[in-house]
Amino acid sequence: MIRGLLFRVVAVLMCLVCAPAVAQNDFPNRPVKLVVPWGAGGGTDAVARMLAALLEKDLGKPVNVVNVTGGSGVMGHQTIATAPPDGYTIGLITTEIVMIHHQGLTKFNGSSFTPLGLINVDPAAVQVRADSPYKSLNDLLAAIKANPGKLKASGTARGGSWHLSLYGLLKDARIDPTTVPWVPSVSNNAALLDLVAGGIDIVSGSHPEARPLIEAGKVRSLAIMDAQPSKLFPAVPTVKAASGSGWISGVWRGVAAPKGLPKAIEERLATATRKAWDSAEFRQFMESRGFGLNWKGPKEFAEFLAKSDTEAGALMKATGLAR
Amino acid sequence: MDALTTAFGLVFDPYVLAVILGAGLFGLFVGAIPGLTATMATALLVPVTFFMPPVPAVAAIVTATAMAIFSGDIPGALMRIPGTPASAAYADEAYAMTRKGQAELVLGAGLVFSVIGGLIGTTILVIAAPSLAEIALKFSSFEYFWLVLLGLTCAIFISAGGALRGFVSLLLGLVIATVGMENPAAFPRFTFDRPELTGGVTLIPMLVGLFAVSEIFRFVVAEAPPIMVAQERFGSIFRGQGKLIRQYPMQTLRGSLLGTAVGALPGAGADIAAWISYAISKKLSKTPEKFGTGHVEGVIESGAANNSALSGAWIPALVFGIPGDSITAIAIGVLYLKNMNPGPTIFLENPQNIYAVFIVFFLAQLLMLPLGWFAIKTYKQVLKVPRNVLMPLILLFCMVGAFAINNSVFDIGVMLAFGLLGWFLEANRFPVAPVILGAVLGHMLEDNFINSMIKADGQWGAFFDRPIAGGLAAATFLLWTAPLLLRLWRRARGAAA
Repeated sequence: MIRGLLFRVVAVLMCLVCAPAVAQNDFPNRPVKLVVPWGAGGGTDAVARMLAALLEKDLGKPVNVVNVTGGSGVMGHQTIATAPPDGYTIGLITTEIVMIHHQGLTKFNGSSFTPLGLINVDPAAVQVRADSPYKSLNDLLAAIKANPGKLKASGTARGGSWHLSLYGLLKDARIDPTTVPWVPSVSNNAALLDLVAGGIDIVSGSHPEARPLIEAGKVRSLAIMDAQPSKLFPAVPTVKAASGSGWISGVWRGVAAPKGLPKAIEERLATATRKAWDSAEFRQFMESRGFGLNWKGPKEFAEFLAKSDTEAGALMKATGLAR
Repeated sequence: MDALTTAFGLVFDPYVLAVILGAGLFGLFVGAIPGLTATMATALLVPVTFFMPPVPAVAAIVTATAMAIFSGDIPGALMRIPGTPASAAYADEAYAMTRKGQAELVLGAGLVFSVIGGLIGTTILVIAAPSLAEIALKFSSFEYFWLVLLGLTCAIFISAGGALRGFVSLLLGLVIATVGMENPAAFPRFTFDRPELTGGVTLIPMLVGLFAVSEIFRFVVAEAPPIMVAQERFGSIFRGQGKLIRQYPMQTLRGSLLGTAVGALPGAGADIAAWISYAISKKLSKTPEKFGTGHVEGVIESGAANNSALSGAWIPALVFGIPGDSITAIAIGVLYLKNMNPGPTIFLENPQNIYAVFIVFFLAQLLMLPLGWFAIKTYKQVLKVPRNVLMPLILLFCMVGAFAINNSVFDIGVMLAFGLLGWFLEANRFPVAPVILGAVLGHMLEDNFINSMIKADGQWGAFFDRPIAGGLAAATFLLWTAPLLLRLWRRARGAAA
């Protein structure tokens, strides 16, 4: 009787000890879920679906994209962070994760995840109407200084990443950011449309987003907030070249898993992500869409998350966007 | 001309035709399942299209969307589960016709006039895309504000229960639209600290709840369940359509033109187009009293508008790479992927590709006739299922659909809550459709109003300064005061006589 019980206890304990090891060796043995915090059809969704198709090839099990939307990305990020850390739920985390907790919308931040790899960064750029008098970033900054409150800017919702990018640029140029009233918009596209329609004067956003209207001759890009010019529009100067400010800002996307992922699974997934990122298909996809290809492995990605978080927090406090 | 010949060669290739047929069947299937949307169908296709040449890739998306949008109307007509806010404009009318035993007539009309609307919209897209897109680019928040107001006004005018009851429903919808943090200040409003509510009340569960679940509740509580007029036999859906075309040519043309024009505006879309069309149809009809009782006229005009608006949405998408709706947003991504960069140059570089896409547009509309016939034939079987079996099944489908939108159990609760609300409203003769319109357009109304005020530094005059805004404002005020002015005029004439 006692021996039977003992036997059972030992058996259960052994299972507990061995099960994860077994599971890690043959990971994955069932489909993996890739959570996207944004809606089907958007840019992040497109990247996720491409990535899923490539991860599937390497992992040998289906990788299903699941869109969990709502609350400026809160719902999706929360779903990834609170999933069991077994590698079967991973997700695409985006810039918003270092911002939304400063607004008091969630308790999760960059450190709530096991970073697997940063895959893309799209630098912010400053766009104006093609027929506007501002030929360079300095023209625009001088006009803002001369007429505080007159020029209106847009690009995303209030407190969104493009909003912060522009405010950072102004602050760096020693201009009070609040002298450029922010007009909230549902998307960067909507803001660009309003720019062309003459409703606003400045749009902060990425080159891929502004590309069709720049190519159609309706919009002019003045400067890009990056260390080097973009591949799409190499003639557009960096902020440094245009005005001397060293301000760099942009949006990014990365693959992450819940915190506490076993090391072996972390390595397996990080390698698979890197392999997918390296593939010709992924590169062709990203380049055709004009998305910037950047890679940071788990360690660098974690450092990047911590640094972005501090920067975003400081900027949001300074401009009254944090709560 | 050479490019056109090449384009025909590109499309009439066995592989491309097979892709079109396959995508058509896929779209039909996804659209016919309540809760699954055309946007979802398109997003699922993107990784597949990556491995195709440009023409079949775009063809797959164009065909799948057209089919999904149409087949989304079938559960709307047969079971009162509208697939999109646009079809909510005429879902009640179509369902009323089904209950009168005219399911084949209304489904056939939905199919035939969707195709006609689509063909007219596509023709306009081919002929006038660049110039129409230029006009669309003149719309700023001031213009959209008035357009939204115009759309909301229409909802009141067409309400079956009278203008006052329609107005109450609309206000309820506008209140629902205030939930969430998708407002200009990005401040969480009425969210009760539920993260699920920060994005606002999810539209599809609300739509399904108000229409379908309320109908189920009504069926359950009715002591003697209303017996649906027995469908003696389900005749040919195409019978009688020729007569309808001859009877309502103006309605068809009006709906198609308005649909294309409104669809071409990136900030508006098929929903506003369908509502305004339905309202115009009722206002100008010789028999406005029949509207709401199962009368096909409004279904024809707003059905044509709905589908032509989808073609219209491609105008800014192709010319300026600006999506008119979530579907064209996905399609633009695929165009870039295939090196068919949207922009004025799309008509100059590789013109054979864009001609091929246009041919696919026409082909997809025509393919809708046989595939739609097939879908209706299959779907009509639900009418044979006894209602006490059918109703629980519909509830099950509604729950799956509500869950699938965000993968959230919360949305099932939203659906059930709105089912109760819808049942309560209709039991007291308040129409539910204006609630949906208010909830959809409430955000746009608020965003465009606040944005305009920020831009104008709080000056009211700016709402009338721009020529298009001024024109739309005049139209709105005229519509508001028309009944009053008419009455005054009649009284003055009566006094004189």
